[in-house]
Amino acid sequence: MIDLHGFGDQLLQGAVITLELALSSLFVGLILGLLGASAKLSSIRVLRWIANGYTTIIRGIPELLTVLIIYFGATSVLMAIASVFGYDEYIEVGAFAAGVTALGLTFGAYATEVFRGALQSIPKGQHEAAIALGMGPVRKFYRIILPQVWRIALPGLGNLFLVLLKDTALVSVVGLDDIMRKANIAVSSTKQAFLFYLVAAFMYLALTIISMAFVSYMEKRASRGLTRG
Amino acid sequence: MDFSVVVEYFPRLLQGTWVSLQLVVISIVLGGIFALPIALARISPVGWVRAVPFAYIFFFRGTPLLVQIFLVYYGASQFDAVRESILWPILREPFWCAIIAFTLNTSAYTAEIFRGAIQAIPQGEVEACKVVGMTKFQMYRRILLPRAFGIVLPAYGNEIILMLKGSALASTITILDLTGMARTIIARTYTPMEIFLAAGAIYLVISIVIIAIFRQIELRQNRYLGTLSIKVPDKG
Repeated sequence: MIDLHGFGDQLLQGAVITLELALSSLFVGLILGLLGASAKLSSIRVLRWIANGYTTIIRGIPELLTVLIIYFGATSVLMAIASVFGYDEYIEVGAFAAGVTALGLTFGAYATEVFRGALQSIPKGQHEAAIALGMGPVRKFYRIILPQVWRIALPGLGNLFLVLLKDTALVSVVGLDDIMRKANIAVSSTKQAFLFYLVAAFMYLALTIISMAFVSYMEKRASRGLTRG
Repeated sequence: MDFSVVVEYFPRLLQGTWVSLQLVVISIVLGGIFALPIALARISPVGWVRAVPFAYIFFFRGTPLLVQIFLVYYGASQFDAVRESILWPILREPFWCAIIAFTLNTSAYTAEIFRGAIQAIPQGEVEACKVVGMTKFQMYRRILLPRAFGIVLPAYGNEIILMLKGSALASTITILDLTGMARTIIARTYTPMEIFLAAGAIYLVISIVIIAIFRQIELRQNRYLGTLSIKVPDKG
């Protein structure tokens, strides 16, 4: 067995943080993605502009820079708002909150394109049939549109989640105690850089494999209504 | 916010931009050269020839680029053999470590793109080559690779943009690329928002230029198709 110098459970704790960060960002990102896609397909021009600006800017800027901008920016924005209300103490935005915001925004921008493609691929007849049955817009969306969009969007979203999982490593730069930072700490005390970064790499690889298996299970589940010929 | 610091430090940001561009161009060129043999081995009919590139691609696409950079920069120097080897003058330099990590990373992604493109070519064209009596080498050189090049372009453009964004990670190993330069300036001026937003804008402009260039090449390369465009498999 490889000697981890007692840092094994530290690394596992890091893996839990990494997973928490990835899942929280996924949640935020899915909501942003659905909102973004709806805005892009909206008949209101301003909403389309906002959504296009959002996806263009986020997708053209390095994820590391997004993390840094949110981490340092959120502090100054919040402090500016607080000082309006007469609160002048230093406000610190946690690395986790900044990470969820930054990665959620990133995931949301890419998910917008995936959802937009999926929404556009739903035949018009499905909308008309739902309306003909007397469904309102909300019920139509939940019962008819969303389940079909979900099935079409899942492979794309699965890929994006794998990207997100790897991007979580960036939040270690602003001090979140994830796998990467735990590995950094272990390296600085044992000087065994290759060993610990390789272990970290294989932990990410394991998380990737688990996610891939889960996504393919979800894909099977989502398309169970389809008969395969 | 006071954007006069951006004006003051703009020449420094441009210096950083130049370093970023060097990182991206060198890695993309080297990565592209390595990717072709990897892709060809990946579609080999022989099982064990396929296994090696599969594992390589799986490792580099399944782990964060940050880990890969740290493995090369901090990891390699753990071994005395590396420190005493003739490669040490290269492996000591953060710039070349970043190039090595980026090249390994992008060659794995690019190999998958190439593989997808080669496999997307209709079987009939392969059969036609055989019927005409081409050797395997002729078939690849005259038909399959030029065809694959046209199919590959949109995905390859994406990969270059991903590499541009990934190059920001070079700042974590003390390289003064655009992000690294921005962080250095901020350490002096303490104006994170202004400088980071300016750096973000520069990245955005470079991305837009890359997209525009690729659109042009794509139109040229696929002009024989008329208005048709080829459906490219999504990169995973």
